[in-house]
Amino acid sequence: MSEVIVITSGKGGVGKTTTSANLGCGLAVLGKKVALVDADIGLRNLDVVMGLENRIVYDLVDVVEGNCRLKQALIKDKRYDGLFLLPAAQTRDKDAVSPEQMQKLCESLKEEGFDFILIDCPAGIEQGFKNAIAGADRAVVITTPEVSAVRDADRIIGLLEANGLNNPMLILNRLRIDLVQRGDMMNIEDVTEILAVDILGVVPDDEAIVIATNKGEPAVTNQESRAGQAYRNIVQRIIGQEIPIMSFEEQPVSFFEKLKGLFRH
Amino acid sequence: MDFFSFFKKKNVPPSGSVAKDRLKLVLVHDRVNCSSQVLEMLKTDIIKVISNYMEIDEEELDIQITQTQSEENNGTVPVLYANIPIKSMRKVQD
Repeated sequence: MSEVIVITSGKGGVGKTTTSANLGCGLAVLGKKVALVDADIGLRNLDVVMGLENRIVYDLVDVVEGNCRLKQALIKDKRYDGLFLLPAAQTRDKDAVSPEQMQKLCESLKEEGFDFILIDCPAGIEQGFKNAIAGADRAVVITTPEVSAVRDADRIIGLLEANGLNNPMLILNRLRIDLVQRGDMMNIEDVTEILAVDILGVVPDDEAIVIATNKGEPAVTNQESRAGQAYRNIVQRIIGQEIPIMSFEEQPVSFFEKLKGLFRH
Repeated sequence: MDFFSFFKKKNVPPSGSVAKDRLKLVLVHDRVNCSSQVLEMLKTDIIKVISNYMEIDEEELDIQITQTQSEENNGTVPVLYANIPIKSMRKVQD
């Protein structure tokens, strides 16, 4: 059975592309056949996050316009068997593709035998968003615990439901455990209560993500990274396993550390 | 009680809960998709209708969209809240 999942957020910069790359790799590690589709036409980025930027010949618009066959445009990731990337066009704009064409593209990808087709949606609620969600079976909404991101996520959830994508799943990204513990950041319950959706996962803020993105190697395979662990858990939940949300309790801070903290402010 | 909390400012809500409260209010307006212009028109119409029956204090009149706990599904639903002070009743002719 194959499934098209769109990864969306409304607000830009909350981690859609990073999440797409990590979930795609994570699913491929488990032996699934995965197609990552970059639907952010004009602002192509999934290729660099994946470290595949030097291998692009054809792109999504070429496929849609019939300049090449689908198989020619799919870039095979050499590190993970069964992982493919369909890059976005960089020199075109969002109107180059219509929702109907995206639907057809998703159908063709399903016929290719992919288990999962992950679509990295552009920020915003305009044409690019409408294109990205057109062929999707379900939706994942990414947000960070900030007022602007949560507000946009709420808007996106409304628009997804208006387009028949009911019960989108939420990923809370870049949670700062230290800030939550001293009450200066909304916690998991605050965000899920406000948005009234089910939570698919929580990814802590982790510098391993920055380092991984610098190198073009998704952090999901980094065994030491907490964000990597969080992504592995999300992947398990996507394939139907029930994994509890990881605990974010920090080690109690020593007296000396607290004393240092007092003088720092 | 944390020893170090002694040094912290008292009675100031943590910014996380401030964020939550502000967001809740903003989303109430976003979700009903009601612009301040529409609300203003609604206000004028309500004044017009009520003025047929009673004299009201238009200065003190307060109409806003807030939220209330829903009885059905544990969530919150938007409500139109109106506080209209009455000055006196008009004589209504049958």
